[in-house]
Amino acid sequence: MNITLRLAWRNLWRQPRRTWLTIGAMVFSNALLVFMISLQFGMYDLMIDNTLQAFTGHIQVQAPGYKDDLKMRQVVPAVNALASDIRRETGLDRVAVRSAAFALVSSEDRSYGVQVFGADPQHEAQVSSLPGLVRDGRFPTDANAQEIVIGAVLARNLRVSVGDELTLLGSGRDGSFAAAVATISGIFDSGIADLDRNIAEVPLGFFNDVFYMEDAGHAIVVVTPNLDDVEAYRSRIESLLPVGSNLVVHDWNALQPGLKQAIQADLSSAFFMYGVLVVLVAFSVMNTQLMSVLERTHEFGIVMSLGLTPGRLGRLVLLETVLMGLAGMLLGALVGGAITLWFSYNGFSYPGMDQLAANFNLPSRFYPQATLLTLFAGPAVVFIGSICSATYPALRLHWLHPVEAMRAV
Amino acid sequence: MNYAGIIITLAWRNLWRNHRRTLIMVAAISVGAWAMIFMTSLMRGMVNDMLRDGIRVLPGHVQVHHAAYRDDPSVNNLLAMTAGEVSAAMTAAGIERFTARVRVPAIISSERESRGITFVGVDPRQEALLDAIGSAIVEGEALSGPDDKGVIIGQKLADKLDTRVGKRVVVMSQDPDNEVADRGFRVVGLYAANLAVQEETYAFAGREIVQAMLRIGDGVSEVAVSGDDYRDVSQLLAQVSALMDEQDEVLPWQELDAYLGTMLGVMDGFVLIWVIVIFLALSFGLVNTLVMAVFERVREIGLMLALGMRPSSILAQIIVESILLLVIGLSVGNALAFASIVPLQDGIDISIVAEGMEMFGASSVLYPELQMNDVVLANIVVLLLGFLASLSPAWRASRYEPVEAITKV
Repeated sequence: MNITLRLAWRNLWRQPRRTWLTIGAMVFSNALLVFMISLQFGMYDLMIDNTLQAFTGHIQVQAPGYKDDLKMRQVVPAVNALASDIRRETGLDRVAVRSAAFALVSSEDRSYGVQVFGADPQHEAQVSSLPGLVRDGRFPTDANAQEIVIGAVLARNLRVSVGDELTLLGSGRDGSFAAAVATISGIFDSGIADLDRNIAEVPLGFFNDVFYMEDAGHAIVVVTPNLDDVEAYRSRIESLLPVGSNLVVHDWNALQPGLKQAIQADLSSAFFMYGVLVVLVAFSVMNTQLMSVLERTHEFGIVMSLGLTPGRLGRLVLLETVLMGLAGMLLGALVGGAITLWFSYNGFSYPGMDQLAANFNLPSRFYPQATLLTLFAGPAVVFIGSICSATYPALRLHWLHPVEAMRAV
Repeated sequence: MNYAGIIITLAWRNLWRNHRRTLIMVAAISVGAWAMIFMTSLMRGMVNDMLRDGIRVLPGHVQVHHAAYRDDPSVNNLLAMTAGEVSAAMTAAGIERFTARVRVPAIISSERESRGITFVGVDPRQEALLDAIGSAIVEGEALSGPDDKGVIIGQKLADKLDTRVGKRVVVMSQDPDNEVADRGFRVVGLYAANLAVQEETYAFAGREIVQAMLRIGDGVSEVAVSGDDYRDVSQLLAQVSALMDEQDEVLPWQELDAYLGTMLGVMDGFVLIWVIVIFLALSFGLVNTLVMAVFERVREIGLMLALGMRPSSILAQIIVESILLLVIGLSVGNALAFASIVPLQDGIDISIVAEGMEMFGASSVLYPELQMNDVVLANIVVLLLGFLASLSPAWRASRYEPVEAITKV
């Protein structure tokens, strides 16, 4: 064992209470950081997945401006041919064409304004979880069937069930009057109130007839195998667009800008809190190391007059901090990991959280998952902060005069 | 000099024997106290803003609906009383800030586009008393009375419908027999709201015109009443309940908007947790400082005991030392917090994450709000827990055996 290391280790245990209290501060902050970060990042992933899987997909090809305005005439021309091109050229099979219109949907005794989507029965299930969430009945299988699928809340409000007929009233792509009658073939229950209350889906061929879409559609929805691949596929799809077309390819962040921003907003407030914790621990370490340097002034004076350089002594003080920091990091990750593990089985909840969670398409109980990153990201920052704060006591040694120091009590 | 004076003087002088250590600790406490108050005021500002925005949509601290209306906001679920009866009852009871609305789901169409909206028939003079969103007209003019034949829509909705002030739109809904009820309206004004989704959702027209269109006589969907303070509505609730038909549901806003109601509770919990977490992070350093202060004075304490100072005085001295340290730190921290919040009174622009904040239901300008009870809570929690944390080192110091302590090196 290296002599400096051995010295540093023994110095730490000259004052076990002080050392433990300092390590305690680290362990407390680290454990908290590990748990909070595991919880947060788990929540973010879930939030992104739940939101995108339900409907949005990862990439959409649209007419410019459609994303914000949702106007009927902002269409992708010859949409089916383009979708086939994308399927063939990228090798992705999770590609579906979708169109949308606002319509008044009426049952025998109720009417509601909803957003009606035309979805391709063959491919929709691969880009959206809604077809899979049909609880009663089934999702249409024939692209031209006069059938409609609605959300559970809408069904309750319209007082209808599978097999009943609904009337659709709206305007077509050219602004003309559009009307149709469709039979309810299924009712989905996504648990996302917005979708369950406001959305209906009809087969694409039927939609095209009713709303005079001809061969145009509003969006091609693409789901990539992995969130990290989105950018690569996005530029690949961009290169497949017909020459001279002004179509745009949006990634999920452009389609749901609120999602990333909500995460950023949450992260920045969280980072502020974490930063404060790290600073407090750093002060604690600085105090401890300053004390331990000051009380050894006499001793340092002697070893310096024997020829030890201030630089080497400084390294000794830093090494002591490193040892403490490592202990704090490991114990903190251990305690934090244990807390996270416990909650990953039992779930974490907080009074009132179900209401907040529903706003972000989240369940009311979370099961945080610790990963190597969430286990060590926080503790690593605390570690670095501690080392930085110990440089002040370590640097003070350079101003130490051996003779004066030896006289110190 | 009296006894307390001596103890305080001793504690004060002891504190400055090692001014570096004391200053580091004061710095740590200040940062902690600043973070507690600053963060709390930001969160408070955000939540209060959300509450105000949320309540402003269709305001009314207490609202009355048909028992089934909230789940099924249909024209069939009207109040037992008519607008005229409500008005007479309220006026007789001396309530001024009330309004009766018709509120139904509808489809609004311009020449080019259709959208699903919530169509609200209002008496504009009564709404103005409650400061509803539709009162912030940015273009055109407000509705003149319940018989005004125009419609007021949000700026965002006007964009999406490709319409503007002076143009005509058609609103389609249903009457109680589920016959289509529609009518053409001229857009007379555009309003602005803090949240984009509000501008897109609500359209306002004269109540009498909407009643005629829906063929519901003088029926209304909701009555809203406001008091002076949105936090305490129990008295208003009782007063309104007594006036209304007992079949109808009278609810305070906290229960009408469960999300907002919960937010307030969650915030109170969050403030306390945040204060305690910061304190715990601080406490390790605090206890450490006290332990060191006692440890380096063992001989001196032994001498004082031997000279006849009572152990309780030693105990008091250490505790006073700790409290003084906390008071200095807290004062600096509070001053820092005030100093950093005052320049931010005009709001912090966080529009880069506006769409994310909208998911929380918050707007893109954050106004920090310093609430005295939060400041008092933070200070009291720190002082109280600080006192408890210093008991152990102080107790140990007072229990020294004088002879052993004096002879300790």
